[in-house]
Amino acid sequence: MTETPNLVAFTPERLEKVKEIIARYPEGRQKSALLPVLHVAQEQWGWLSSEVMDYVAGILSIEPVEVYEVATFYTMYHLDPVGKHVIEYCRTGPCCLMGGEDVYGYLKQKLGVEAGQTTADGLFTLKEVECLAACGWGPVFQIREQFYMNLTNDKVDQIIEDLSK
Amino acid sequence: MAKKILTEHINVPGIETFDVYRKQGGYTAVEKAIKTMTPEEVVEEAKKSGVRGRGGAGFPMGMKWGFLAKPEGVPRYLVCNADESEPGTFKDHHLMKSIPHLLIEGMIISSYALGANKSFIYVRGELMYVIRILEKAIEEAKAQGFLGKNILGSGYDLELVVQPGGGAYICGEETALLESLEGKRGNPRNKPPFPAVKGLYQSPTVVNNVESIANMSWIINNGGDAYAAIGVGRSTGTKLISASGHIQKPGVYEIELGVSVDEFLNSDEYCGGIRKGHYLKALVAGGSSVPILPANLITKTANGEDRLMTYESLSDGGFATGTMLGSGGFIVFDETACIVRNTWNFSRFYHHESCGQCSPCREGTGWMEKVLHRIEHGHGSMHDVDLLVDISKKIEGNTICPLGDAAAWPVASAIRHFRDEFVWHITNPHEATQPGAVYRGEMELA
Repeated sequence: MTETPNLVAFTPERLEKVKEIIARYPEGRQKSALLPVLHVAQEQWGWLSSEVMDYVAGILSIEPVEVYEVATFYTMYHLDPVGKHVIEYCRTGPCCLMGGEDVYGYLKQKLGVEAGQTTADGLFTLKEVECLAACGWGPVFQIREQFYMNLTNDKVDQIIEDLSK
Repeated sequence: MAKKILTEHINVPGIETFDVYRKQGGYTAVEKAIKTMTPEEVVEEAKKSGVRGRGGAGFPMGMKWGFLAKPEGVPRYLVCNADESEPGTFKDHHLMKSIPHLLIEGMIISSYALGANKSFIYVRGELMYVIRILEKAIEEAKAQGFLGKNILGSGYDLELVVQPGGGAYICGEETALLESLEGKRGNPRNKPPFPAVKGLYQSPTVVNNVESIANMSWIINNGGDAYAAIGVGRSTGTKLISASGHIQKPGVYEIELGVSVDEFLNSDEYCGGIRKGHYLKALVAGGSSVPILPANLITKTANGEDRLMTYESLSDGGFATGTMLGSGGFIVFDETACIVRNTWNFSRFYHHESCGQCSPCREGTGWMEKVLHRIEHGHGSMHDVDLLVDISKKIEGNTICPLGDAAAWPVASAIRHFRDEFVWHITNPHEATQPGAVYRGEMELA
């Protein structure tokens, strides 16, 4: 009998990280690790396919459906493939007062995409998000762990140019 | 200059590191608490300070601690609510990224007071870089013997875990946060039982906001009475205010509770006044969920008294002519702001963030957003204004958690104070749909 190779697996470093995360919680409460582990999974694969979610369920000894219901609830998990850079643009009130809507319009025009779409070259996915807790420094968007604040059209040009290199 | 409790050292270069924080007097409060005080004595100081929940609810922290059940042989938990997502509020973000050890020190003191050996800081997942900063600070504190086993040789153990959320505003509600921390959808739980009796893993749990906990170092070093001496009446101590919108100097400011709204808005020490060449139209004092007030009601109460930045003064007059301090999200609108558009924007936020568990909130928030969308885009009818009021009344008070109220209040208050502007949008559909079209009618503008 030949074994089916497991196509979905964390890299050894990430697996170590996942084990360390699971160890943070009391005995039998390993499900608490679900959100942080999904973040690690998304870091590796970019998005969460059903295969990835099933794999995470196996690691945490929970049912796959327990992973699906969480992954579909929280907006930070991508359930479809995304581009190299995911731009999370804040569309909420205080940012709009600071000119957020105009800059957003410019950004969409520049990338040629609407919210939820990826540019043809696969570089940028545009995502609308609610308040990023940076209202005093708006308009603002986030790409991975980097905040870009006090945005203007010129700044948008510069950022997109830098990331396109 | 006003007294600074949380931000005194925030601009010291390198304050995010253990060494610099320690040199500025950091962690002396942990030493004092753990070496010279019993947990009960620490709780007593918190009670004396009168510090109230800084996440928005304003419930006295020491009293909340006093409710914690202490059954034998059952672990107790402290959970820090760092899921700051209320539009207009960004103070916890600022505090954690700039001076992470202040929160860690507060967590150690508070955990010791509550008898918790494992505590969690639940941070919204959007702030992953802040999570890294906190994790690094925890490692440093651990290496110096302030966390882990047998802290400072006292026999007290504490493990601190930073938990990332996944991007859901509802997880700022304490029971939804606990569900999320258990690896589930952030659906709020029915209360009772309250978390103090059955919280995380069905164990007694206290959930406190970042800013509330960060106050503990100063309270232990200086005494609860000294803290209570700052402020006015039951609004004791200082408060971080996140100021945004049409002001000269947006940012996070620490005020002594009791400074007047007028001074906070106009003095150079704080917001520096409205944008040049413009004037105040409306203001949201405590984050997007609290009622919006027109200019004539924000600096003075309906009785003509100066409005102060306190829990009591801001809510003076109830919802008819007052508002709330809430989380301290101070959003300022000058005369160029469209109230209808802003209300639609906030409504869209609450619809998006409703967990969908309770029908009035799930259906009502979407309905309000739809009606506001059509008014803003020139397709509204006169009936829509009353319809909005009606929907908001049917949501308010009819949901498990306060998100329903939070969604209803901005809409109800906008119509209460700016009904003319809604009517103008409906009767002038072509003008209203022009970008930036704003009603400049006979409102009382200061």
